[in-house]
Amino acid sequence: MTNVDFSVNGKPVSVAIDNEDTPLLDVLRNELGLMGTRFGCGLEQCGCCMVLIDGAPEKCCAKPVSSIAGKNVTTIEGLGTQDAPHPLQQAFIDEQAGQCGYCLSGILISAKALLAANPSPTRAEIALALDGNICRCGSHNRILRAVEKAAAVMRGA
Amino acid sequence: MNAPSLPGPLNDNPRLDLWVSFPAPGKVVVNTGRVELGQGVLTAMAQIAADELDVAITRVTVRSGVTDGMPNEGYTAGSQSIQFGGLAMGQACADVRALFIARAAKVLACATDELSVRDGAFYRNGAATGQDYWTLAPAIDLAVNASGLARRKASADLRFVGQSSARSDLPGKIFGDDVFIHDMKLAGMKHARVVRQPNKGASIGTIDEASIRRAAKGAIEFVRSGDFLAIVGDSETAVELAGAASVNHVTWTNIETPTPLQQEANWLLQRPVIDRLLGPPEPSDAQGKQRFEATYSRGYLAHASISPSCGLAQYKDGHLTVWTHCQGVFPLRSALARTLKLDPKAITVHHVQGSGCYGHNGADDAAADAAVIAMQLPGTPIRIRWRREEEFIYEPKSPAMLVKVRALIDSAGKPADWTAEIWSGNHNGRPGGGNALLAGYALPDQEPLPQANEVPEAAGGGATRNADPLYDIASKRIIHHMVTETPVRVSALRGLGAMPNVFALECAIDELAERAAIDPVAYRLSITTDMRARAVIEKVAAMANWQTKVPGGNGAGRGIAFARYKNRAAYSAVVVDLEVDEEIRLRHIWCATDGGLIVNPDGAINQLEGGVIQSASWVLKEQVRLDGGTASIDWDTYPVLKFSEVPPIDIALINPTSSDMPLGVGEATAGPTAAAIGNAVSHALGIRLRDLPLTRERIMAALLQE
Ligand code: FES
Ligand code: FES
Repeated sequence: MTNVDFSVNGKPVSVAIDNEDTPLLDVLRNELGLMGTRFGCGLEQCGCCMVLIDGAPEKCCAKPVSSIAGKNVTTIEGLGTQDAPHPLQQAFIDEQAGQCGYCLSGILISAKALLAANPSPTRAEIALALDGNICRCGSHNRILRAVEKAAAVMRGA
Repeated sequence: MNAPSLPGPLNDNPRLDLWVSFPAPGKVVVNTGRVELGQGVLTAMAQIAADELDVAITRVTVRSGVTDGMPNEGYTAGSQSIQFGGLAMGQACADVRALFIARAAKVLACATDELSVRDGAFYRNGAATGQDYWTLAPAIDLAVNASGLARRKASADLRFVGQSSARSDLPGKIFGDDVFIHDMKLAGMKHARVVRQPNKGASIGTIDEASIRRAAKGAIEFVRSGDFLAIVGDSETAVELAGAASVNHVTWTNIETPTPLQQEANWLLQRPVIDRLLGPPEPSDAQGKQRFEATYSRGYLAHASISPSCGLAQYKDGHLTVWTHCQGVFPLRSALARTLKLDPKAITVHHVQGSGCYGHNGADDAAADAAVIAMQLPGTPIRIRWRREEEFIYEPKSPAMLVKVRALIDSAGKPADWTAEIWSGNHNGRPGGGNALLAGYALPDQEPLPQANEVPEAAGGGATRNADPLYDIASKRIIHHMVTETPVRVSALRGLGAMPNVFALECAIDELAERAAIDPVAYRLSITTDMRARAVIEKVAAMANWQTKVPGGNGAGRGIAFARYKNRAAYSAVVVDLEVDEEIRLRHIWCATDGGLIVNPDGAINQLEGGVIQSASWVLKEQVRLDGGTASIDWDTYPVLKFSEVPPIDIALINPTSSDMPLGVGEATAGPTAAAIGNAVSHALGIRLRDLPLTRERIMAALLQE
């Protein structure tokens, strides 16, 4: 058993693990009960498991939890709540951006990272930033519209 | 007086208490046999119920997908939820409202036509009566059969139907709530992975347990029944590692090794088939007309749901409870009963949302896996989640299809006789149809299963779906060769045969238009008298500014295609603009759809758009590869359309508030999109590509041949 200390959505956590290679995703879902970050492939291919690690968007399904000791992780649960939605979440609701919605947690995280780096992205830039996220239902254009809308709101436009 | 016939699902489940209840003051619960697949069906059902009962939509809770106390509507599939399930829901609610009105009239000693309902409260000639559904409910027995006599609301009186209601299921998905089956946790639950039998008939040789345990880096146990082998443990991480490692540490005998040749549709031509002729025999001579013949094909497709399948089960005190994201809880219950030799009454199946399935993916099989393991470990709740590779390899695939179109062309260049000759595996591999659950192939003492039947024509057909052109052609037929053995397990994917058939038929129509030197839009209109078909074709042509089409052969292409899904659901026409050099870049897609009365316009547009994008992905990228086994095992070996590859899409609904019956829209765009892309590519290159997918390799090969 080793302990790994890091922080999730601003709160310090300490997890005891047998296997240091345990993916961060498994720790979030199965140890910390944060189910918003989804499993899609475990191969860093689909983006369902996207989280922010010290602000940078990262797939966490194959990332050993030991490698994030001392770092700050932000998950979808850290974005906003139904009562106080993040502008991205509000825009996704306004645009009804999603069908099955399984891809959305990862997409919202990728979009948050994009808007932090580039507050006024073009549609092409948004699409490129989301190319690491797969949406199988074909909700792409609604998602792009929602991100554009959130960007405008966040710029105060 | 003869009782009116009830809409199908209501006829099968006529008792009103299966559909509607008033459990607490101010609350209405309606039950639907349809399940939420991300298509927004629960929201649409709430809209329908709120209108027919005259209650605010916020009072309505929609329950769905449990095998106890709910209507059995079979599968949520085939774009039938609103067209049939919605009809049943509407009639059930109208009948319930009528029972309450009759009761209120008795209580108030007045005539029923003096009464009206506003948000659940009863008014007499506009004055409040103090009565509402909830005061009257205790005196009304809803354990009676629907009469079907109550009149449905006129379209002018609909308040919720026809509005773009926000989907009730979406916020939970946007805030990362525990909404998916994957997020369920049961007390004392163990995780499991299956060591998959590579194919039907394969047997376990040796099991190197020590190596698998080492790979797990945590405690695991093995559960075995015949050739069904599973790994179970408290830690999901450990069972996942063990599951992945087991592929190399368990040997099998009787392994099939499919070759790349078998992945192609033309491999079907030499296989054993069951033949059918639908329509008159094909004329042997050309009757002085010109002959046209062309062959179109498509390979095997994966559903490729974004999440691998998941299932939970617990066997306790002689009762099996199963949680699944499959499309039909009742058919799954029957299949489980057969496979596990249990009485169906000893099984409860609950639907919990999963990721989009688009048909029969691994969901039923994962539920069966969990159930088999749970039966071996009584009392312990079992959760299984397939590995990514497992989903790609073992989910049932959409069959490869090869379609030969033969036509006789009259002197005006119009088709006078039409033959669609189809080779395809079966599109109906669903467990409810008598087919095996995957675990069933590995378990001992299973009953042999009968040859699976294709979806009957009365249900829209499977391989033959949409093979019959809606155009005015004097003589038409379908020759169907059902291929009985396929190199991979096959079943239902969104639209079944509609996509390859519409691709073949609508590309052929373009080829005929070209031979006749008539514009493709004008050509289609010249052979179509169906007014609704003409309207969607004309509309989409106007949306795309069709006449601005540039001359072909320059790398920029524009194509159109049309179909009425199943020849009886929604009408859709699609125009695609694209560019091709070595690869295809989609530039813009327009779509016009007539789906009759639309319950939730934004929801319908979302579905139509999703269908367009998924079809574009199929056409540009997707084919399951075989090489010693299924070689499409992840998103690198089975790529799908990416964000940066999706073009702007404009969708128009024709007469969405019309009084025409709602027509299923969910699968309406796949065929027209595929064919419009095919026609646009041919326009861009001046060469016809007839085999899907239209990959870079195929385009390069075609260009080289020129
Ligand atoms: S689950 Fe991590 S990228 Fe797919
Ligand atoms: S909404 Fe289903 S995968 Fe994106």
